[in-house]
Amino acid sequence: MSYKRRCDGRGWDEIRPTEAKAGIIPNADGSAYFRMGNTAAYCAVYGPRELFPKFLQNPKTGIIRCHYNMLPFSGMGERIRPGGNRRAQEISLVMEKALSAVVDLSDFPNAVVDIYTDLPETDAGSRCVAINAAAMALADAGIPMKDMVSALAVGRVDDKIVVDLCYEEEAYEGGPVADIPIAVVHNTQEIALLQMDGEISKEELIRAIEMGRKAMEQVYEIQKKALKEKYQDA
Amino acid sequence: MPDIRENMLNLAALGRRQDGRGLEDYREPISVEVGISRSAEGSALVKIGKTVVMAGVKLAVDKPYPDTPNEGSMMINVELLPLSNPKYESGPPSIKAVELARVIDRGIREAKAIDTKKLCIVPGEKCWMVIIDLISINDDGNLYDAAGLAAMAALDNAVFPKLKEGNIPDYKEKSNIPIPLTKNILPVTVFKVGQYLFVDPNQEEEEGYDGRLSVAVAADGNIAALQKGGEDTFTLEEIETMVDLAVQKAKFLREKLKSI
Repeated sequence: MSYKRRCDGRGWDEIRPTEAKAGIIPNADGSAYFRMGNTAAYCAVYGPRELFPKFLQNPKTGIIRCHYNMLPFSGMGERIRPGGNRRAQEISLVMEKALSAVVDLSDFPNAVVDIYTDLPETDAGSRCVAINAAAMALADAGIPMKDMVSALAVGRVDDKIVVDLCYEEEAYEGGPVADIPIAVVHNTQEIALLQMDGEISKEELIRAIEMGRKAMEQVYEIQKKALKEKYQDA
Repeated sequence: MPDIRENMLNLAALGRRQDGRGLEDYREPISVEVGISRSAEGSALVKIGKTVVMAGVKLAVDKPYPDTPNEGSMMINVELLPLSNPKYESGPPSIKAVELARVIDRGIREAKAIDTKKLCIVPGEKCWMVIIDLISINDDGNLYDAAGLAAMAALDNAVFPKLKEGNIPDYKEKSNIPIPLTKNILPVTVFKVGQYLFVDPNQEEEEGYDGRLSVAVAADGNIAALQKGGEDTFTLEEIETMVDLAVQKAKFLREKLKSI
């Protein structure tokens, strides 16, 4: 058996319908909304501001702190109890590492930039959508950045290498599946997030990442366009 | 630093406010959008000026309470996200979130706006529980009215998931059966500074008021719940004026729901 046609009819290297907006939360120093298919994230950035508790402060540089949160009604099944869990903690951590690759807070010693991402609706690829929103919100806040970060999941569904998996593909039962969220730094093309669950050969992994990097251009363009639009509207 | 309250009083004496509004004016635009989250059984996004609130309804199958074996139940939770205002922190709900949830909960509950008898699946064993989560996206003041409007819009937008064998909800399959609503309840909060009454405070005005009265108003003009807040006391005449104003403003907000 082989995976013949994607559940939503997309091409193997095609991303889901994607939408982005910058500056949607006036209280925040920077903010963004990012949606891929049925996964959406709001992001607000606050800072640089003084970091408490003080022992977390770094006198050499400011730091970023990510807060990934699925809203109670954002899951595919039952309501999610608010208050966070280990999965959210881990995703917050990998988001922090992916964004740290481009953020330069050396001019803000002892400071923190808080990045809150809240998701009203999730299907698959929620950490990638959260990273895309967060990178835009950081740029919108005017945080010094060396480059832009974009993220999406690549993977394998049975015998096919695909880009931007939806939930049905992650849960495909007709053959082996691999889900590989990646984030790419735009100019250097380096990988700033890499995780993998499932089963894949080394050759397929490299092929998947290459395919993902190509598709990532579209994500980057959507981020860039939305950031520019904010200033055209004003 | 100029005193916010002092400034509000001076302007109120002229019938004005710092952002140019009259005392009984809401901010514009006011918008209500429904079906904004497909994972929720019902959802809404409400904007009043720069204040943005989201509501999501989830339906769960639960055991009825022993004293009401033939009825389902409801629960309202408010999350004041750190995303929405720099003064909010992560962690357990603050007293502000608890009060907000309670005021909206009581309006809907006491008016019996949801027909909980129709939420019974197997008497004494299984019933639907309606859970409404109200989320602040941008808190620029007057979360009360915005959250109340969002709750009602999301309830109105919600449909039951289908039931699988053993009365287990199949969240992937939505029915077209709406939640049994008997009434439309909207809370309106009237604020007082000095002797002046006003509605729809922005963030700054919420720092300077003396007292407030939240009034949950039904479509027929009857009242389902009240909550007084703030340090100041009210005269009976003031309460009468506040309720009149709330009823009038609930009618105005209800128009926004109809236009969805």
